[in-house]
Amino acid sequence: MTALQILIDGFAISALYALAAVGFTLIFGVSGVLNLSHGGIMLVAALIGWWAAGDLGLGVYGGTLVGILAGLLTAYLTYFVVVRPIQRSRKIPREETEIFVLTGTLLWGIMIQVGMAALFSDNPVTMRPLIRGVVDIFGVRTPKNEIMIAVVCWVVIGLLWLLINRTRVGKSMLAASINPRGLTLLGFDLSRIYFLVWSIYGTLAGIAGVLLASFLGVGTANAGQLTASAFSIVVLGGLGSVSGSLLAAFVVGYLETITAYLLNPTLRPIPALLLLVLVVYLRPQGLLGRR
Amino acid sequence: MIDSKQTPARLARWLVPRAVALAAALSLTSAAAIPAAEPIKIGVIGEESSVAGASITKAAQMAADDINAHGGVNGRQVMVITYDDHSSSSDAVRAFQRAVTEDKVSAVIGSYISEVALAIEPWSGRMHMPFITPGAASTDISKHVHDDYAQYKYTFHGWLTSAFIAQSICDFEHDTIVKDFHAKTTVVMSEDAAWTTPLDAQYLDCLPKAGLKVLDHIRFNPDTTDFTPIFNKIEGEHPDVITTGISHVGVQPTVQWHDQRVPIAMAGQSSQATTSTFWKDTNGDAEGVITASAAAPGVAITPGTIPFTDAYIKRFGSSPAYDGYTTYDDVHIIADAIKRAGSTDPDKIVAEMEKTDYVGTIGKVQFYGQSDQYTHAIKYGPGLVTGVDIQWQNGKQVTIWPRDKANGKITFPAAIKSPH
Repeated sequence: MTALQILIDGFAISALYALAAVGFTLIFGVSGVLNLSHGGIMLVAALIGWWAAGDLGLGVYGGTLVGILAGLLTAYLTYFVVVRPIQRSRKIPREETEIFVLTGTLLWGIMIQVGMAALFSDNPVTMRPLIRGVVDIFGVRTPKNEIMIAVVCWVVIGLLWLLINRTRVGKSMLAASINPRGLTLLGFDLSRIYFLVWSIYGTLAGIAGVLLASFLGVGTANAGQLTASAFSIVVLGGLGSVSGSLLAAFVVGYLETITAYLLNPTLRPIPALLLLVLVVYLRPQGLLGRR
Repeated sequence: MIDSKQTPARLARWLVPRAVALAAALSLTSAAAIPAAEPIKIGVIGEESSVAGASITKAAQMAADDINAHGGVNGRQVMVITYDDHSSSSDAVRAFQRAVTEDKVSAVIGSYISEVALAIEPWSGRMHMPFITPGAASTDISKHVHDDYAQYKYTFHGWLTSAFIAQSICDFEHDTIVKDFHAKTTVVMSEDAAWTTPLDAQYLDCLPKAGLKVLDHIRFNPDTTDFTPIFNKIEGEHPDVITTGISHVGVQPTVQWHDQRVPIAMAGQSSQATTSTFWKDTNGDAEGVITASAAAPGVAITPGTIPFTDAYIKRFGSSPAYDGYTTYDDVHIIADAIKRAGSTDPDKIVAEMEKTDYVGTIGKVQFYGQSDQYTHAIKYGPGLVTGVDIQWQNGKQVTIWPRDKANGKITFPAAIKSPH
């Protein structure tokens, strides 16, 4: 019984982790940006979605759409206001660009968090589930919303896979992650590819934020934790590797769930962090990483 | 410059306005030198981005406005200076130091977080500055005053200590859930924080006496976001009721409790559920949740409760959190102490605050004395302050205990099978 419960709960939470981490790793793989405002962007999607659904009276579907859109816009803002100016600045030495982007997005994430707390207070909020009610799966009472979240996550990840592997733009994105200079020489506009990848990232982070709000609830205090969990999943899976991130999301999701059920809910994040330390020692490129 | 060739008329034209201005300036300076016209400053440290913390500064401003509308204190206006500690102890200590050394306040009201109040407490002793916390609950605050009175006597505890909150909840569960619903067992579910250590100790002592066998005692990290394993464990133990001790979390466990259709009632202390925005934050999933609070809208604990609540809602658009009520009372208690002392000397204020016998919005406020276990904490008991228990029903907070203050009865949503 507990085993089945762990299987179901672990699957839902892992799928959500995977969705949130995939965009994060994609951006790193294609444009070399470690976006530490990731949790902040999910937060904006969740809070704006909740606000639009309730206060604006758009209902749960309208709120979800507005939330995703807010996530996308915040991702654009992050790219155009924070990341791109740093990348293009002549005053910052080339070899220090990455550390400046890291610091810039970290500060930007804090600004988002504090700004959202000022607008919405630091009370966590929850979106109304898209589907209400529970179903009985072999004796395990499971909210229908939890099943739907897992399905949506996998559908979105599947679409992303198709986009990357089966379309021309997807292939150019892949090429950009391997050899950006070569791509430029072939006449591709790198900035268009970066814009595309940020669009995909913003949409994914927006969907993840809204789904998280309807599953567990989100508060401004969670922003740092959301970034940290995406970051550790991505490091575990191998920076820039999408399939590695998917694998790592499930490893972390199930490790956490098993710990919470069988040991103690308070110890939940500990084993995954220990594993992360081990991986950094023994296999610094991550489970499926290239660099 | 005065020109020697000036005529007397021109001289007068030059001199008169300047003399008048000088006289006016002098009279203003001398007016400022008279203490009677100087405002009495009270520092108020809150947490603006949290619902409970924002209630503190809002209610303090309301109290000051009310006191000033009635002529102030000994002819002096009360001026509230607010600070935001961002829920951080170090920010709170800095705000406290600034209030004392730069803004020259006469007393400080601050915080609903025990860790923050405990960080301010030693500074209140060192700087000889009267300090009262309207919302923190840790029993350590008054224990420090008891153990080293000479050093810590400047600190007062304006809300029930954790031990009394637990006792109040035990009394409530005994009177209603045990008597009316024949509940026999419970599981204690608390967040791991300074205020819940003494709360849980008292729960484990008083729940069995109230007629509830404690089947399990679960403490979880306040960072927890997924409560499924916790509820799953509790459900497996089949208690009749879950007794909560939560303040840093609230919305998330409540929504997950509802979405997963956990069939067990939740009662206890759920601080976020005391605010009127809780219904919206949980999308109505709060239905059936029971929590202890200081007071509730529409319930006349004292003649002052309803007028304050109504005025607060009118001014700010939502009802005060529990510490809004206590802060409003605390400003009056400090003002009265200064009025009786006829001075803002800290030792005289402390001496007068100890004599407090004030009917505020949450009951009759008195403080325990030097020889009592909880020195300078507000006294708990019938006729003094007991708090109330409220239940969320159809978007409204219905008061269900104590019975003489109740304006409704306990009803549980259909998904809840226990207690029945």
